[in-house]
Amino acid sequence: MSTRSASVLYDVPGPRARMRYRLAGLLGVLGVVGLVWWVVTTLIDQGQFDGWLWDPFQYSAVQQRILDGVLATLKAFGLAAVGSLVLGALLAVGRLSDHRPVRAVCTAVVQFFRAMPLVIMIFALYQAVFTAQPMWGLVIGLTLYNGAVQAEVIRSGINAVPRGQSEAGYALGLRKTQVMSLVLVPQAVRTMLPAIIGQLVVTLKDTSLGYIITYPELLYAGKLIASNSDGYPYIPVVLVITPIYIAMCLALSGLAHWLESRGRRGANRRVAAAA
Amino acid sequence: MGIPFEDGNFSLFVRGFLGTIELSALSALFALLLGVVLAAFRVSPVPVLRTFGTTWVTVFRNTPLTLMFFAVTFVLPRLDVHISSFTAAVAALSIYTGSFVCEVLRAGINTVPLGQAEAARSLGMGFGQTLGLVVLPQAARAVIAPMGSVFIALPRNSAVAGAFNVFELFSVQKTLTEKGYDIFALFFWLALAYLVISFSVGAVFSALERRTAVVR
Amino acid sequence: MAPTEEKNDRMKARRTVAAALSVLALTAVAACGKDGSPNSDSAGTKGGSAAPQLPTYQVNADAKLDGSPTWVEAKKNGKLRIGAKSDQPFLGFEDVQTGKRNGFDIEIAKMIAADLGFSADQIQFTTINSSARETSLAGGQVDYYVGTYSINDNRKKTIDFAGPYYIAGQSLLVNKDNTDITSAETTKDKAVCTVTGSTSVANIQKYGAKVTQFESYSLCVEKLLTKEVDAVTTDDAILKGYAAKNQGQLKVVGATFSQERYGVGLKKGDAVLQKAINDALKKHEDNGDWKKAYDATLGLSGAEAPSVPALDPTTAS
Repeated sequence: MSTRSASVLYDVPGPRARMRYRLAGLLGVLGVVGLVWWVVTTLIDQGQFDGWLWDPFQYSAVQQRILDGVLATLKAFGLAAVGSLVLGALLAVGRLSDHRPVRAVCTAVVQFFRAMPLVIMIFALYQAVFTAQPMWGLVIGLTLYNGAVQAEVIRSGINAVPRGQSEAGYALGLRKTQVMSLVLVPQAVRTMLPAIIGQLVVTLKDTSLGYIITYPELLYAGKLIASNSDGYPYIPVVLVITPIYIAMCLALSGLAHWLESRGRRGANRRVAAAA
Repeated sequence: MGIPFEDGNFSLFVRGFLGTIELSALSALFALLLGVVLAAFRVSPVPVLRTFGTTWVTVFRNTPLTLMFFAVTFVLPRLDVHISSFTAAVAALSIYTGSFVCEVLRAGINTVPLGQAEAARSLGMGFGQTLGLVVLPQAARAVIAPMGSVFIALPRNSAVAGAFNVFELFSVQKTLTEKGYDIFALFFWLALAYLVISFSVGAVFSALERRTAVVR
Repeated sequence: MAPTEEKNDRMKARRTVAAALSVLALTAVAACGKDGSPNSDSAGTKGGSAAPQLPTYQVNADAKLDGSPTWVEAKKNGKLRIGAKSDQPFLGFEDVQTGKRNGFDIEIAKMIAADLGFSADQIQFTTINSSARETSLAGGQVDYYVGTYSINDNRKKTIDFAGPYYIAGQSLLVNKDNTDITSAETTKDKAVCTVTGSTSVANIQKYGAKVTQFESYSLCVEKLLTKEVDAVTTDDAILKGYAAKNQGQLKVVGATFSQERYGVGLKKGDAVLQKAINDALKKHEDNGDWKKAYDATLGLSGAEAPSVPALDPTTAS
């Protein structure tokens, strides 16, 4: 994508421009390499790469804990993903309802949960109700927030479906519910798939807030390993946990692209997800 | 119910509210700057910069914000970089949000008709001029709505900083919960504060959208 | 956007995913785990052969508390659920390498369990944060809670306490080579770290300290070790645990400047269980188990055992 949009922004480089680019590239590479080198050597000087600090990772109990953390993260994500999509679809349809009270309620719900910080919601849910099952505090918090965001995504997707589609549906004698569920939503979901997936990635990342309420997901496991091992190996833990999160998110996006390519038909709009 | 007006809690609330606003505003500024630079990198003619931009965005868009707070809080001191917790929080939030801003801008750049850039180039403009004078100003119009979502999400995300020595509304919640105040009443007041912030940001963006709206 | 670019994009994404997956696979292959614990020596053998040993407790198989619904339910399930902390070394600690819990609070929990007729393998520990203790006890998610739980009137409205089994007080933890800070009065303009929103914040602010607040004490201790803060403040019991864990690096200084009476939290209204726990505490305090447990845990910090507190007449109803 970048190659195409970029190529209209500048001419095909000539020999001198190419030299300039190469020089800039070389300087850039040198800068990055220098920075990485400085970081790595300073950390080595500080003893952060000493074998004993990384020792915990050799033990099966620790590996098991990380694995359990990954599974707990995926479990919370799975529940929250399903929950938020269902809630999102309901709220989106509600916001497009013909009945004014339904519309007002759904709009209020969406606006409210879009504004509330997840940390504060999860913390309050945990404190008030889910002390024993922190997972449900996390899942419900994630579902409410992400459901509100998904509702906005789905709604704009429905609005983007050409008018003729719904008109044709009505002309065939379909009822409003049927037009919605048979004609509009399936098309909206397809066009909005990139944005929906983008928000799912956000959902996956936000499961990490579970550490604040002692839900044993990946970050909680990492924090416990760091704080309960000799020498407080926070940096090794960050270096181990971060790639796992990135890999999970990339796998999710990859899955999404694959689904998208299978279900592709007609126009495709890209909308970036909110953070 | 009137928690903010009891026992001198009012100043606590105000401090938390201002903390959230200050943190969000500064982070928004730096995130915008960072996002523009990254977006420019990602469409630039220099391959190395493109790779750099892509890698940066891939890494930071897929890392949980909480983990980034851990990283800035624990990795930087080990590198002998000593900054205040507030600066660290601004850094974490800007880097995280910056990648989202970059993606929104890039999507916006793609919506500008190709003819515009072609016309600019045929007038002899270079990459910097094409992007800065012709493409970005037009892209700005298309990105206002998605950008609004990103910046409504920012104050919300800033609550994570409360767990890392920045005094803001989440710290207020923790402090007052510890003191034994009713959880739901407290939640009500915090919700109110966040709704005010969120609606203000939303209002700014819809005003911007109205002012820049043109018939294409 | 034309389909060809989309395809490129997708292929790129796919390649990234493939790379990420292969990295994961490599890690999985390399994961040939060792058993046991690399720092099992920190469980109390650091001092050599003369190191204090943890006491062992005789399970009272005849225990019968028919008047206590909590006990009857636990007995029926053959499982005693105890709430505890997991990140306070030598107090309420979970060894990540072995998955076992240890510390002074854990020992207190175990000696009570033994007297209630539960063997060590019938105990199920759950980590519960400070802020969720009342809710989890009131909701019956744990049978009792042992974890730096200060007895106060506000909490007594929703739950009952047994004990106290330890008198703690706010104190200061500093680096071994620090000679500036010797008491609360000397913390003026010094950076002092504690947990967000805790009562320790206001207590130390009175002395003009600059307060740094983090999510947990271990984060504070990490900051103390990197000298980002000058001191960590909270109950001396917690600080002693960290001093013991980081022997030769950290020390607890100054007199305590608050009083916290640690009790065992339990569901409100279960007087039978409350009495049984009080009896158990009394018995183990008298037979020397309490002192042995202290010496093998918090005592490793070098601090002498404080005197055993008398049971509170208001909790021993």
